[in-house]
Amino acid sequence: MSTTAVLFPADVEDFGRELDKIRDEVIGSLGEQDAKYIRGVIAMQRRLELGGRALLFASWLPPVWVAGTAALATAKILENMEIGHNVLHGQWDWMRDPKIHSMTWEWDFASPADQWKHSHNYIHHTWTNVLGKDRDIGYSAMRVSPEQRWYPIYLAQPLYNVLLALFFEYGIAVYDVELERIPTGEKSPKEALSQLRAIAGKVRRQIIKDYVAFPLVAGPCFLPVLLGNLTANLARNVWAHTIIFCGHFPEGAEVFTEDQLEDETRGDWYVRQLLGSCNIDGGPLLHLMSGNLSHQIEHHLFPDLPSNRYAEIAPRIRALCERFGLPYTSGSLTRQTRSVWKRILRLALPGPPTTPAG
Amino acid sequence: MTTPYLTTSDAPPRWSVRRQLASASRWLTTPLMPDDYLGLLNPLWSAEELRGRVEAVHPETADAATLVIRPSRNWVPHRPGQWVRIGIDIEGIRHWRAYSLSSAPQRPDGCVTITVKAVPDGLVSRHLVRRTAPGTIVGLTRPEGEFVLPEPPPPRLLFLTAGSGITPVMAMLHSLLTGGAAGGEGAGGGGAVSLQSEKHREMPDVVLVHSAPMPEDVIFGEELRGLAARLPNLRLYERHTRAGGRLKPTDLPALCPDWADRAAWACGPTEMLDEVAAHWAGRSDRLHVEHFRPAVSAAGGEGGRVRFTKSGREVDADGGTPLLTVGEDAGVLMPSGCRVGICFGCVGRLSSGQVCDLRTGQVHGEEGDLVQTCVSAAAGPVDIEL
Ligand SMILES: Cc1cc2nc3c(=O)[nH]c(=O)nc-3n(C[C@H](O)[C@H](O)[C@H](O)COP(=O)(O)OP(=O)(O)OC[C@H]3O[C@@H](n4cnc5c(N)ncnc54)[C@H](O)[C@@H]3O)c2cc1C
Repeated sequence: MSTTAVLFPADVEDFGRELDKIRDEVIGSLGEQDAKYIRGVIAMQRRLELGGRALLFASWLPPVWVAGTAALATAKILENMEIGHNVLHGQWDWMRDPKIHSMTWEWDFASPADQWKHSHNYIHHTWTNVLGKDRDIGYSAMRVSPEQRWYPIYLAQPLYNVLLALFFEYGIAVYDVELERIPTGEKSPKEALSQLRAIAGKVRRQIIKDYVAFPLVAGPCFLPVLLGNLTANLARNVWAHTIIFCGHFPEGAEVFTEDQLEDETRGDWYVRQLLGSCNIDGGPLLHLMSGNLSHQIEHHLFPDLPSNRYAEIAPRIRALCERFGLPYTSGSLTRQTRSVWKRILRLALPGPPTTPAG
Repeated sequence: MTTPYLTTSDAPPRWSVRRQLASASRWLTTPLMPDDYLGLLNPLWSAEELRGRVEAVHPETADAATLVIRPSRNWVPHRPGQWVRIGIDIEGIRHWRAYSLSSAPQRPDGCVTITVKAVPDGLVSRHLVRRTAPGTIVGLTRPEGEFVLPEPPPPRLLFLTAGSGITPVMAMLHSLLTGGAAGGEGAGGGGAVSLQSEKHREMPDVVLVHSAPMPEDVIFGEELRGLAARLPNLRLYERHTRAGGRLKPTDLPALCPDWADRAAWACGPTEMLDEVAAHWAGRSDRLHVEHFRPAVSAAGGEGGRVRFTKSGREVDADGGTPLLTVGEDAGVLMPSGCRVGICFGCVGRLSSGQVCDLRTGQVHGEEGDLVQTCVSAAAGPVDIEL
């Protein structure tokens, strides 16, 4: 199912050069407006969080509970997506602000920033949609491509995908420890243990904060605060799961094999990133709330460009793809989500037969 | 009025309560710090980071201005002559430079001042002088530096300055005027130190020899002339170099016959400081100098691929660019300091390769060496633990 074959190598390199040009332009024009943007989002997120938590202290009134929980959930989503994910990509390192830097940032997510940067920035962004390499595409956990061999365990994958959505942050954290590499000797139990300890330390603090400290401070509102925090966390998890799955798994996203990567040039790399990613159409609010992963294609082409610039380069990338006859996959959130679930349900069963790539 | 004794004796319990509160509140803010939320209300309330708010910008000459800065609560008073680093965002990017404090410690309004001369093509100095509005928040560091007066000050002093080199000396003059040389800790509860203490110690005998191109280029010119007219113990000699040529150390005996007996402080361009140092050879224990610029003399090394191993960044560097700049441009969070090779605030551990010292041209470095990134450039491929 590879489209790569339709491009001549010279075209691939041209395509790559055009993209490099766009990248250089954006980097050359970074400045005060961009700095203002991220500082503004961070300030807004923190105010929203404070506001949400303050409302929850008065949450014996049901509408106040709803408003507080919604504000907190929104804050948590922004914190993970538009802020945390992107800061950890180093998108804002150019500002040289130690408070907004990939080396110092820590986020409200079970994966400690260090571990996540390795598994996400390095493994996933390098090996995007390469079977057996990109752990984001199932590997052992999930069957998302017909090229993956079927095992009976996959019959349960719709169920555990629901569970993964609800407990996304914990699922990702533990999954990234790559426990399955211990029996094969690729990973030492000691290393895995120290990673798990770091996760446990973070999870403990998060749980104390949301389910003990804030409820206690709320006194008589103990229970509504606890439930509000729980709801906000679940909502954030489900949202993050939805956006991330829409980025790589809808119909149209391609997978690759390791031998396709031999002698991969910069142009090839760009093409693979493009073919492995799908955008979500929507307005500015959707882009913000998805951490601009609605511009998954632009993000995968330029993972370290500030996210506020993806919207502006997206039309140029789309035009470029048209010019080179490359597909640019995008669809509405409902369409993409439906497509993801269709794939997960279908591939829970054996088959369908595949045509060899290339 | 609290005496210093009282302040220190009741400080510990108050501090520990505050600290306990802070560490308890961390449970509510994890993974962030309470500071991150407090900063929304007032950037100066940070307990963790020093910052300052620019309260006013006063032009001094056509290309120099004094910035009045209110430091955050955790500020430690400086000793006159010391410098701080100022961090300022220009086009979204934070830049740090060293500036001497030109105010005496413990100003009644709690502010400090720096006085900046815009250098041609200077990124930060021009921004501070021309484009910084009151209200701007700047990064700040604790005062540093050994270019200070001893306590008590010697009876006879000589200051040799040129251009913006007057700034640390201005702070010293002010504090000599008000009777406290060391400033800082000794000065007590702050506030009104002026009139009473002016009597409390005689001002020592001071000779100030200052150079600037023209009379109107003299930073603090009016104030200095006023002080010299009022104070019999202060002799001011202005050298206007456009008309009179550069001052040579050999001119000194005519201006100040007992120069050799005086404790001397010199601050100005590198050439001047080099000449002064040569002139004081054999008496260097009586001379204190402050450099504003690195004494870069060497053309540099051959350059090479630099790997910042902790941050995982890699770039090609030329042989004339300090590793500090190379790292900053690559988005690495580089520790930095005076940027002229004195303070050792920028060192990084070398894990392989060699560097060229831009001051001497010497190529050096072994695995494990701490190198000053502000005055070292790559001499071949370099791995550094930053
Ligand atoms: C301990 C210490 C105290 C200092 N105190 C003061 C002070 O009180 N007032 C003050 O104005 N400056 C002071 N400086 C100098 C200051 O830190 C900056 O170097 C200066 O403001 C130039 O910075 P810039 O970003 O504008 O220039 P850059 O953009 O870094 O440099 C631009 C060009 O100017 C040249 N240049 C750099 N510095 C100077 C200089 N000092 N004079 C002439 N040309 C220069 C560079 O070689 C380059 O070609 C001090 C420096 C040190 C180390």
